[in-house]
Amino acid sequence: MSSPFREVDVPVDDRLLTGWGRTMPSRARVVRVRDVDDVVAALTSPGPRGVLVRGAGRSYGDAAQNAGGTVLDLRALDGVEVLDDGDVVAGAGVLLAALVPLLLARGRFLPVTPGTRFVTVAGAVAADVHGKNHHRDGSFGDHVRWIDLVTADGRLRRTVPGDPDHDGDLADATIGGMGLTGAIVAVRFATIAAPSTAMSVDTLRYDDLDSLMAAMVESDATHRYSVAWVDGMARGARLGRGVLTRGDHADREAAHTAVPDPEGPRVAVPPLPFGVLTRTTLSAFNAAWFRRAPRRREAEPQAVARFFYPLDGIGGWNRLYGPRGFLQYQFAVPDRSVEVVRLALERFAGLRAPSFLSVLKRFGPARATSPLSFPLAGWTLALDLPVGAPGLAAALDELDGLVLAGGGRIYLAKDSRAVPATIAAGYAGLPRFRDMRDRVDPHRILVSDLSRRLDL
Amino acid sequence: MTDALERPASVLVLGATSEIARSVVRAVHGPALRRLVLAARPSAERGEVAAAFADVADVEVLDLDAADTVSHAALLDGVFSRGDVDLVLVAFGVLGDQAEFEDDVDAAVDAAQVNYVGALSVCLRAAQRLREQGSGVLVVVSSVAGMRARRSNFVYGSTKAGIDALATGLSYALEGSGARVMVVRPGFVRTAMTAHLDPAPLAVGPDEVAEAVVRGLRRRSTVVYAPAALRLVMTALQHVPRPMFRRLPL
Repeated sequence: MSSPFREVDVPVDDRLLTGWGRTMPSRARVVRVRDVDDVVAALTSPGPRGVLVRGAGRSYGDAAQNAGGTVLDLRALDGVEVLDDGDVVAGAGVLLAALVPLLLARGRFLPVTPGTRFVTVAGAVAADVHGKNHHRDGSFGDHVRWIDLVTADGRLRRTVPGDPDHDGDLADATIGGMGLTGAIVAVRFATIAAPSTAMSVDTLRYDDLDSLMAAMVESDATHRYSVAWVDGMARGARLGRGVLTRGDHADREAAHTAVPDPEGPRVAVPPLPFGVLTRTTLSAFNAAWFRRAPRRREAEPQAVARFFYPLDGIGGWNRLYGPRGFLQYQFAVPDRSVEVVRLALERFAGLRAPSFLSVLKRFGPARATSPLSFPLAGWTLALDLPVGAPGLAAALDELDGLVLAGGGRIYLAKDSRAVPATIAAGYAGLPRFRDMRDRVDPHRILVSDLSRRLDL
Repeated sequence: MTDALERPASVLVLGATSEIARSVVRAVHGPALRRLVLAARPSAERGEVAAAFADVADVEVLDLDAADTVSHAALLDGVFSRGDVDLVLVAFGVLGDQAEFEDDVDAAVDAAQVNYVGALSVCLRAAQRLREQGSGVLVVVSSVAGMRARRSNFVYGSTKAGIDALATGLSYALEGSGARVMVVRPGFVRTAMTAHLDPAPLAVGPDEVAEAVVRGLRRRSTVVYAPAALRLVMTALQHVPRPMFRRLPL
């Protein structure tokens, strides 16, 4: 195979790639690009099966793989600058984990962070990630000032969301666009003030779904961050029992009492020949986790990582489900369809499908200008499920129907089993997104296994 | 693309009128299936199979002559050039009659031409395309008859032994390619092809073979038996000494 690169020493290797769920492996030619010129070279001489950028590989399904084609690893684009106004200019491959200490040292913090800090800046834009503050601060895309994007024609453009003079609609389609509008090579985004390196956290335990949800709605107005862990295994009167954590950045005085974050993961999961997360172990785990939480504890100082990234402390936790892997089902529904949350929890508590982590959050308004951005005002529930669970396919297909009937949708960065019609029905902006691809990438040079599977 | 629950979006069936093939298509079809390519000799059954799935997928019907290996390249190239294929099912084969094969060697050669040479041709060509695609699974219907020669059906058994070895070897060759192979080893299957025979112990219907295929796909197995108990039976039989094996009523 002839190399499209200027020199033959660009590191290239054939690799099997999967998402974080470790399902659906496909092979791609992975190219570790050195600079933007390499990105341009790859896009202007694509093979028959196209090109895709992969970030840190933290999407759960097949969003960051391109079977039989080329996958660009942009982690060498790792430049970071924190400007005087607090904005960050970062290369595509910069991990949020690298930015957190830099920003905290300057009294700033990420405007939005997902539940892991091991995602890249470009990935955060491409998936338009959300965090525990969506009800107040929106999604990552809402804080983006500009995106440097190499489109399929090899042109590097500085795109500015909402600005018609700077490809505003292209920038908006890129936010949440799953890497299909071009290769994001750099991003400038705003940050928020963080007076200290600690969080002030309330932990509250609720015995059923109604009281948990009522408390979450209340917390919208009072707390910047809010998230609930739900016992996905509890049934009957205990259905939806959970632990709400809510918080804000602590002021300087409170900060010094927080236990500092450890440097790396505290423990790591080795490769396992079988899954250890079974219905029995998970019932026990969920019950223990629930009881461990205090009924009510207020204004506890917590280190940033403990509050935002509890799972980052367990290296390779995705291996716990064993070699066959797992999937995450995350949907959002408007407030009027709150019953879908209850139905989903009932369905899964009844199924022999153990859920390790069920997370319930509030969402603020949708990012209407970005056609494939996931959040919409209301509720979002995420469930981790092992793929081997019997009846899982039918249960999820059924749930798709309920979510769509409720005016909701499912999250592309998590998806690994939806069908095209489900996405088309959930994302009214999909035709607009396809029009944008027709405009900037008529030959569909940028493709992924996700885009093939879901006909994006 | 196949999804995380191993549900293929596009399926190519070679030998689409075989009862096992029809059962497998019924078992894998679902909301995820979008494209179904049915290759078989022209026949009324082929039309019936196509009609049965016309509502649930884009169905394409193609002529397949298993023994005409020269025609296979164009057939497979065409199918893959029109879109990705997630699952290729190789299901054609003839059973024949052992006594007749021993009298009429040309008939035995014809059976080998279909069951082994023809299957080898489509398997190797499909494997090339799947390798380029970087994903997909080749499902090859073999038979336990290929695992140890028996007096009663060793011509048929030898053709299945050949294709079984080929498919197993391909599974090694495709390691790391993103594509994979699953060998299906049914025992006695109650179909039109075997209607004139007395069912052997552990006989199954085509739907049970299809269930084994779907279960194997979900587990990403390399070999599945139908019924599953045959794995143990065949392991045992392979170790029976020759003088004793010859006298077994198999």
